[in-house]
Amino acid sequence: MDAGTLATTPRSGRGLHRFANPGRFLRLASRVQPFLTWPGLALLLIGLYAGLFIAPPDYQQHDAMRIMYVHVPAAILAETGYWALAAASLVSLVWRHPLADLAAKEIGPVGAGCALLCLASGSLWGKPMWGAWWVWDARLTSVLVLFFLYIGHILVIRAFDDPERGYRAAAILALIGAIDLPIIKYSVVWWNTLHQPASLTLTGSPTIAWPMLWPLLLCIVGASLCFGAVVTARLRAAVMERRIATLLRAQAEQAG
Amino acid sequence: MSGFFATFRRELRLALRFGGDTAGPLLFLFVTGALFPLAIGPGPSTLGRIAPGVVWVCALLAALLPLERLFAADYEDGSLDLLLVSGVPASLVALAKACAHWLVTGLPLLVGAVPLAVMLRLPDAGLPALALGLALGTASLSLLGTAAAAVVLGARRAGVLLPILVLPLVTPVLIFGAAAADSAAAGLPAQANLLLLGAVFAACVPLCPLAAGAGLRAATD
Repeated sequence: MDAGTLATTPRSGRGLHRFANPGRFLRLASRVQPFLTWPGLALLLIGLYAGLFIAPPDYQQHDAMRIMYVHVPAAILAETGYWALAAASLVSLVWRHPLADLAAKEIGPVGAGCALLCLASGSLWGKPMWGAWWVWDARLTSVLVLFFLYIGHILVIRAFDDPERGYRAAAILALIGAIDLPIIKYSVVWWNTLHQPASLTLTGSPTIAWPMLWPLLLCIVGASLCFGAVVTARLRAAVMERRIATLLRAQAEQAG
Repeated sequence: MSGFFATFRRELRLALRFGGDTAGPLLFLFVTGALFPLAIGPGPSTLGRIAPGVVWVCALLAALLPLERLFAADYEDGSLDLLLVSGVPASLVALAKACAHWLVTGLPLLVGAVPLAVMLRLPDAGLPALALGLALGTASLSLLGTAAAAVVLGARRAGVLLPILVLPLVTPVLIFGAAAADSAAAGLPAQANLLLLGAVFAACVPLCPLAAGAGLRAATD
């Protein structure tokens, strides 16, 4: 970093750095929160109800197909969550944005939960369909590796006594993971096709009949909004926690 | 560039002075490799079938062993700070460390893997592909492992973290490497998998030292 960049103080109120002010972020987030939480919950509940009770059963998979309404949103959010994590890491490394650090920290457990939900529901789905709780199918395996990547990130960001060190280490790790993730995905797909014929893929032809599709779309949109709501709530809690910690420290300094 | 060679030579000299530590991964490879016939049974057909995978997994685990101390000793006694203020780019320091790690750990593992594979009854046709794949694979692992070691530098329980971070990242290396040896042992061409391993290695060469350098700078800030 040369002297020129140090001399100019960052102007407030421009671009993303407007939200580095925790007070401004909290005000905005508390206004956005209800628009994420309530529509998300409503859409998710309607979608799940429609998927479980209204949508017709699959002609081959019968009612077991209904696990899809949990499985597919979880899978989509697990992967999208990792890209969000990587984007937050990039912002935190390049611009040292304090909220991006916190966002990366708070997205990790939520994304890992989605990956775990995807694995668990996939396993429940696999038992009646494939006759086994676990099959080393390419997609299952790549979600498993994604889950491990999440776990690594969650552990690293909390493994340092100095939280700033943890943010930077985890951000570098998340970027390595983001570059590696497509390679892992393709390698797993090729590994699987090399070893066993694709007899165990889901019956999913790319087209799903509309009566089954619309509840799924509702579930996906609803779950995404809920994901956003949970992350926003966690972020607000983290900002407030930091504020409380600062206040307590100031109090202790005054007293002692 | 002289800083690169100085770091590299220093690493090699340290490795030679403490020969016992350097031989550790190789011994680990043989000890863990010898467990598999005991656990699975000595039948040559079963052993030969799983030999490529066993050798690959054991080699990956063995190569992880020295990673924890790769930067930790220099970090604790302050020589890492000296290295970084000497004007050598942090990524070049990391690259020197990765090269030394491969020469000291990867190369002996590569040499040791061949007799281990013979003991595990891998068909002779699979040996060249196994060795070539391990050469590329351990080099990629050295680079990725260096990046991970730099990232966790100064963390609590870095030794536990490292395998959890590195092993998911190297799954492509394991898949392509074991598949190359596997197909060669079955009399099929291994070229495609070896080329893919080469591609992974080529991607690691520029990216991993960059990441490791960023990690080192973060650690010494």
